[in-house]
Amino acid sequence: MTKDDMTPILSVDRVTRRFGDLVACRDVSFSLQAGEVLGIVGESGSGKTTLLRVLSGTLAPQAGEVRYALRDRGPFDLYRGLSEPERRWLQRTEWGVVHQNPRDGLRMGISAGGNIGERLMAVGARHYGEVRGAAGDWMAKVELDLGRIDDSPAEFSGGMQQRLQFARNLVIQPRLVFMDEPTGGLDVSVQARLLDLIRGLTRELGVSAILVTHDLAVARLLADRLIVMKDGRVVEEGLTDQVLDDPTHPYSQLLVSSVLQA
Amino acid sequence: MKDASGIDDGTVLRASGLAKTFVLHTQGGVEIPVFAGLDFSVRAGECVVLSGRSGCGKSTLMRSLYANYRVDAGRIEIRHEDRIVDLATAPAHEILAVRRRTLGHVSQFLRVIPRVATIDIVAQPLRAAGIDAAAAERRAAELLARLNLPSRLWKLAPATFSGGEQQRVNIAHGFALARPVLLLDEPTASLDEGNRNVVIELIEEAKRDGAAIVAICHDHEVRNAIADRLFEMPGGRLAA
Amino acid sequence: MTLVMETERTAPDETYNFAYLDEETKRMIRRAILKAMAVPGYQVPFGGREMPLPYGWGTGGIQVTAAVIGPDDVLKVIDQGADDTTNAVSIRRFFRRVTGVATTGRTVEATIVQTRHRIPESALREGQILVYQVPIPEPLRRIEPREAETRKLHAYREYGLMHVRLYEDIARFGRIATSYDYPVMVNERYLMAPSPTPKFDNPKMTAAPFLQLFGAGREKRIYAVPPYTTVTSLDFDDHPFDVQSWDEVCALCGAADSFLDEVVLDDAGKRMFVCSDTDYCEDRRAAGHVGPEGADEADAPAGKKP
Repeated sequence: MTKDDMTPILSVDRVTRRFGDLVACRDVSFSLQAGEVLGIVGESGSGKTTLLRVLSGTLAPQAGEVRYALRDRGPFDLYRGLSEPERRWLQRTEWGVVHQNPRDGLRMGISAGGNIGERLMAVGARHYGEVRGAAGDWMAKVELDLGRIDDSPAEFSGGMQQRLQFARNLVIQPRLVFMDEPTGGLDVSVQARLLDLIRGLTRELGVSAILVTHDLAVARLLADRLIVMKDGRVVEEGLTDQVLDDPTHPYSQLLVSSVLQA
Repeated sequence: MKDASGIDDGTVLRASGLAKTFVLHTQGGVEIPVFAGLDFSVRAGECVVLSGRSGCGKSTLMRSLYANYRVDAGRIEIRHEDRIVDLATAPAHEILAVRRRTLGHVSQFLRVIPRVATIDIVAQPLRAAGIDAAAAERRAAELLARLNLPSRLWKLAPATFSGGEQQRVNIAHGFALARPVLLLDEPTASLDEGNRNVVIELIEEAKRDGAAIVAICHDHEVRNAIADRLFEMPGGRLAA
Repeated sequence: MTLVMETERTAPDETYNFAYLDEETKRMIRRAILKAMAVPGYQVPFGGREMPLPYGWGTGGIQVTAAVIGPDDVLKVIDQGADDTTNAVSIRRFFRRVTGVATTGRTVEATIVQTRHRIPESALREGQILVYQVPIPEPLRRIEPREAETRKLHAYREYGLMHVRLYEDIARFGRIATSYDYPVMVNERYLMAPSPTPKFDNPKMTAAPFLQLFGAGREKRIYAVPPYTTVTSLDFDDHPFDVQSWDEVCALCGAADSFLDEVVLDDAGKRMFVCSDTDYCEDRRAAGHVGPEGADEADAPAGKKP
């Protein structure tokens, strides 16, 4: 085992986030290894989305820390160890965020190619031909018709928008991608295709990912490891197949047994 | 694997003091003890068939050996590359590394992403182990051909295949990458005689290459053909 | 009829404070201007006042001019390069009434030039002030509507988005089609909207000896380019910035180096190209330059309006 395998890319230590009296996340701790895909499962209101915001640098926790190992500089406390511009730079250069609703992650007034190219231009790309070439490559990688490169994503189907959102995030070769219900609003047939694509690309690029989902089938296909959340707490953690095939916590058992077997 | 006296007897997987009890919280917390204090081991080049009546925990043991089920007590030591890893306590990424390169599992059911082509499913463990795409596909094609899966099906996703066809895809997937330890759960259950014999050949070849094999197999003929040793489940013995 | 642009200094209307604004307000605006000059290209919020003109008629520029003008100044006001259009005429009349300053149509004589949409063709010199009227001060607004976010983009110098707009231009038209309000970087730090001047004028902004002040009345922002500050037009390595050019020369003065307006002459589609900068055109004609149609038009009033 190499040293890289040992150092977590993200480590979360006793993170708590309240909204008034409501505790959205309580004492959450876990770590993410490089190249690992971690699923966060639980019902709506279990604190998954709040946790994702805390992890992705957009919502500071009231207690605890989130440490991220920067590409060149090693682990830093996301909130106390990095200034806001440093954090934003990190988000542009090392991270991706895939929203459930592609409208939250795309610019609808900008062409598909511009949406992909924006990420490159945000980190200094100033050669139109190269930006456009990369945008085209990524259109192809996510199986979008190159002929639509100058079309507005508003004219795309939900599945196409979601694939465009992935292209926009992966084009910078991120080290860590956050996904919030990435197949949430899609038809089942479109979901399968997207899942295959996500799995292929994350494996191929070796990116680490944190996936929030309430869909256990999606979690099984994409995640190496799961944490189960209930009322803001982590109630169970383990390999994905362990948690789904041999859940030990009462809530996890309920969650797993409530799903129709396919 | 070395014993307490430091003698290496060829053991590649050794479970000791294993205990597993299911607690069904959704059904009033009823406890179902499966085994306790169980010891088990298998050596390189050896095939051990788990035996015992139905429901005595053969599948539970096999899934525990794969770290699919988590044991309540005991150790599951496996020789992974140049080290010994305890699957009962190893962190997730280490278990995944062991599964990727050392420990294979052929379950009874094929579980894959709906859209992926058969040949890619079979090649996937090879790709994950770092073998280049062309070589992985050659090996996958070779296995599918041996298992008599018509080549016109290779580019299709197996969702619509018959039970026997799916089982053969599953077996090809399990045997694609030569791994030192292989767990086989009813590998021949829905196969015709010809394909049963192919599976027996594959197991024999794997043994000759030094693989340790643990199998669950109700078919007496197949069992007699592959087993070097039977492991009588403790619960099975009690009931007998 | 020839409009009288040249007037001598007169006594201001005593009903108003000098330059209309009260002294307190002028001090506040001057502080904003000083801050803007200290941080070139940065948009300084200021407490903009209601002016006796509607928004969109240059209220931002007027407040800036009112804050810097003194009794000895000589004021020139242009709109699209011309001194004789309604907007220019009324602003000039306003300042004549509330300050009594001398006004001029001649760039060279002016100490303050208030402009809408052009930079004069004749090079301005040290000591002159060019005051721009700005409708939309935020260059990122069209792409990023959230004010809180655009402020962060400026604060952290995150300007990739601006290139997205240029990318969209090239993708759609094969070239950067943005031809006015063309985004610039000031002092290699702040992204700035140069107001809706044609990009033809962008090169005049960099390392210029004169002071450039920008006033946005509706959005209550002031920004500045102090003398001798670098102003760079954004572009791509493979699509470098360039300015408009014409196959024609000015029909009246024959200038080949000035920004030309196309003027339709009759219902039959007859048209001609003339200097947008009326003062520049007149100067050239006075110096004996003649364009292809200049001889016939010699007695006509200068300007784009026939």
